[in-house]
Amino acid sequence: MTESSANKLLNGDVCHRSSSGKKSGKNGFVKNHCLFQQPQKYRRLREKNQNVTRNSSLYKKPFLESFEETPLLVAVLTYMGYGILTIFGYLRDFLRHWNIEKCHVAREREEQKDFVPLYQDFENFYTRNLYMRIRDNWNRPICSVPGAKMDLVERVSHDYNWTFQHTGKVVKDVINMGSYNYLGFAENTGTCADAAVEATHKYGVGVGSTRYEIGNLDIHEEMEQLVARFLGVESSMAFGMGFATNSMNIPALTGKGCLILSDELNHASLVLGARLSGSTIRVFKHNNMQSLEKLLRDAIVHGQPRTHRPWKKILIVVEGIYSMEGSIVRLPEVIALKKRYKAYLYLDEAHSIGALGPNGRGVVDYFGLDPKDVDIMMGTFTKSFGAAGGYIGGKRELIDYLRNHSHSALYATSMSPPVAQQIITSMKTIMGEDGTTLGADRLRQLSENTTYFRRKLRDMGFIIYGNDDSPVVPMMLYMPAKIGAFGREMLKRNIGTVVVGFPATPIIESRARFCVSAAHTREMLDTVKGAVTLNAEYFYSSDTI
Amino acid sequence: MVYFCTLGPKQSWSCINWAPAYHLILEGILILWIIRLLFSKTYKLQETYKLTEKEKEDLIEEWQPEPLVPPVSKDQPFLNYDIVTGPPSHKITINGKECINFASFNFLGLLDNERVKHKALASLKKYGVGTCGPRGFYGTFDVHLELESRLAKFMKTEEAIIYSYGFATIASAIPAYSKRGDIVFVDEAACFSIQKGLQASRSFIKYFKHNDMEDLERLLMEQEQEDQKNPRKARVTRRFIVVEGLYINTADVCPLPELVKLKYKYKVRIFLEESMSFGVLGEHGRGVTEHFGVNIDDIDLISANMENAVASIGGFCCGRSFVIDHQRLSGQGYCFSASLPPMLAAAAIEALNIMEEDPGIFTVLREKCRLVYEELQGIPGLKLRGEQFAPALHLQLERSFGSRDTDLKMLRSIVDYCLLVLPNPNLFLPIPSQSCSCCLSRPVLFTPFTTYTKLKALLH
Repeated sequence: MTESSANKLLNGDVCHRSSSGKKSGKNGFVKNHCLFQQPQKYRRLREKNQNVTRNSSLYKKPFLESFEETPLLVAVLTYMGYGILTIFGYLRDFLRHWNIEKCHVAREREEQKDFVPLYQDFENFYTRNLYMRIRDNWNRPICSVPGAKMDLVERVSHDYNWTFQHTGKVVKDVINMGSYNYLGFAENTGTCADAAVEATHKYGVGVGSTRYEIGNLDIHEEMEQLVARFLGVESSMAFGMGFATNSMNIPALTGKGCLILSDELNHASLVLGARLSGSTIRVFKHNNMQSLEKLLRDAIVHGQPRTHRPWKKILIVVEGIYSMEGSIVRLPEVIALKKRYKAYLYLDEAHSIGALGPNGRGVVDYFGLDPKDVDIMMGTFTKSFGAAGGYIGGKRELIDYLRNHSHSALYATSMSPPVAQQIITSMKTIMGEDGTTLGADRLRQLSENTTYFRRKLRDMGFIIYGNDDSPVVPMMLYMPAKIGAFGREMLKRNIGTVVVGFPATPIIESRARFCVSAAHTREMLDTVKGAVTLNAEYFYSSDTI
Repeated sequence: MVYFCTLGPKQSWSCINWAPAYHLILEGILILWIIRLLFSKTYKLQETYKLTEKEKEDLIEEWQPEPLVPPVSKDQPFLNYDIVTGPPSHKITINGKECINFASFNFLGLLDNERVKHKALASLKKYGVGTCGPRGFYGTFDVHLELESRLAKFMKTEEAIIYSYGFATIASAIPAYSKRGDIVFVDEAACFSIQKGLQASRSFIKYFKHNDMEDLERLLMEQEQEDQKNPRKARVTRRFIVVEGLYINTADVCPLPELVKLKYKYKVRIFLEESMSFGVLGEHGRGVTEHFGVNIDDIDLISANMENAVASIGGFCCGRSFVIDHQRLSGQGYCFSASLPPMLAAAAIEALNIMEEDPGIFTVLREKCRLVYEELQGIPGLKLRGEQFAPALHLQLERSFGSRDTDLKMLRSIVDYCLLVLPNPNLFLPIPSQSCSCCLSRPVLFTPFTTYTKLKALLH
């Protein structure tokens, strides 16, 4: 269901909660041990879901987040919408089963008809009946650089999205609000592209071997040293795929007898890595430090389930920016908890590296903390660096251990040389080592764009989730029909957006997601804002029925 | 009590007076006891203890976790990787020395092909390097669609799907189909990515001895008997066999025709992993199905990575649309990961072009494999494992020198000998876990074969 509501303002509002939440125990122990208080039971009803931390001194600047609660009428209408669609889905399935309606679904081979069916009918109910209707909003092929503006391949469907045909035409100059291009490094001209061209000439495209064997090129070593310097850690290691970085390295770090505390809304790669490791997994509420603290205390005090042996290690897994919510992790509080309870912290900065912080060094830089406090800093190069792959940074012992025990280093091919070169050039640009101020300009432009865009949309009255500083801007749509309509209308106005529904989000919280980029100009953002406003008038206006 | 009920109320009261006192008192006590039992709290047989706050604090203070990583010993053999400067093609400069490359999986020699590089550069100039998004959110380029249709056409299947990392291909494909409760029969020598895919799928895994069809049939028959006991469950339990075309770990080929027979006899689906055999086996390089002449529709899913023969990065799965289309929504490595950089896709397309234009290269490769195979026979102390036409062979120590560590040190010394002692140009052999594997690429020179005589001298 919906998350806690109301704006959370955490600049040190102690307000009226003065006494500690616990009565004095029998042995006279009055002091409250928890770092973060549980809210009182005798609260006023209006502030029921407010979360105030006592340690707001940990934050150097205001931490403004909002997750407005779904209005009741909207929730009811959304459920009704899904109900109607489900009924129609059953009707269509019935018609297809009795061959009244032509069935476009691919069928099993004749020779294999008596095999156990590969898919259960119900698994694909949602895909067949709901997803198919609005399928044209996803997998849109593009044929240019995914920069601030892109060219889309025009495609039409004559059978209600079951198959698509390309008309051969190209829709030019569509404003791109969907690609993860935070610093605008997705470009085919400039220093990065030239350096990548040289690397291709020198090294070729493929590598043909694993890092362990003979795939360790000198360009990989250079890139890893640069990444370590960028992050401010002792050493780092890079891998060919961001998803694989998580799913293959978490098993190398934890195993049976360890505990992983993972956020509710963690990415699929983190969940998969945690599952493959074989450790016990416990989930805490999204960005909720009280929930995390309670889990930590219970874990240490009670030990492993049933045997009550102490845990070997506790690993807290969080992300820098959560891409579906737009929220930023409460890193100062997490680090305080980690130090207090001697746990280890795994921070996945897939979206926040390069996008947050005055120097672009990610969420650690944003909060002004010491990178050595985070045990394992993981991130990807896909979003802000315009390349592909992932990295892990940390102490030298950690990286040496991973070089020998990471599944990726031993069994998977190393990164392609031009991609590695792109990372090197873009990182040097961000750090300012190429001699220009291009990096600093882009960082400033991104934060200005983010603030401007969020403010404008909020002023228009839209429900925007997430932290005020995050370049990921989710705008709530709620109703299933609006998902399809919004995506299509925006495309008609030459703007490409991303709409997300179930199962990536809870069923009634469908949203449109905008990714602000440093490459966007103010005019583009104004155009987008104008288009969204026009759409809203079209949908919400009582005249159009 | 029943006696009471049959009388009227006035008559009941008179009966109470008539009944003996002890009887009434006993009944009264019983009623009170029942009421007490109903309202008293239930107690658990094992009472959970409650810790005081102080005890909890003490426990928290005392608890010490293990270090995040165990300390790495200094003489760990692979602490520092060998550094390669320059392109990893036929001649390779490793740790400063120039060698002939017998270690990369560059089967068709396309790693430094000029046409491939040219196409990759053209793509770079058009699209840039990265795709900045997963396939669902503006990460699908026309290059990807073209590569998918070309692969499907090359392999003569309906559809193909591309992944951005070779390891993730089969590791995402298996869990998309096989869920908890399903049964998978796997060869013992399956590669690591298959094992990870199986672990992620949470199905029942049954290993059969490497390439042993009788063992597999025995397992299938046992399963059939189990099914007869519980036909309802059997009707919804999916069954799969996962094999590799050319095994990475043993360099031999799977008996595909027998597997297809078993498939139809026991109604099991086959997933075939062709990373080593795609672009190597078969008249046109279509892999082990072409090698054996098996109809490609009999195999439910073929998965391969493009990092070996195709000399690019990434992987693909191909098969019928009914099977492949499912992965577009449920393959984790496809939906939740950024797509393949377009220049790598363009390089793969050009490699496919080269493969289609000139099927003669596969014959050349097989010839060279046969030559090296013959030369490597008969080295005392080392046993050669693999098929004659396998491009990656294994040289194993015939007898163990004691423990695994000593064996590894011995193998490493062989590799170092080839690397450092032999005169230019010398060989490089890599050292994975238990055996040396020696990989071939196209223009193998004949001079290296004479150096093997020196290898024999070393082992005496």
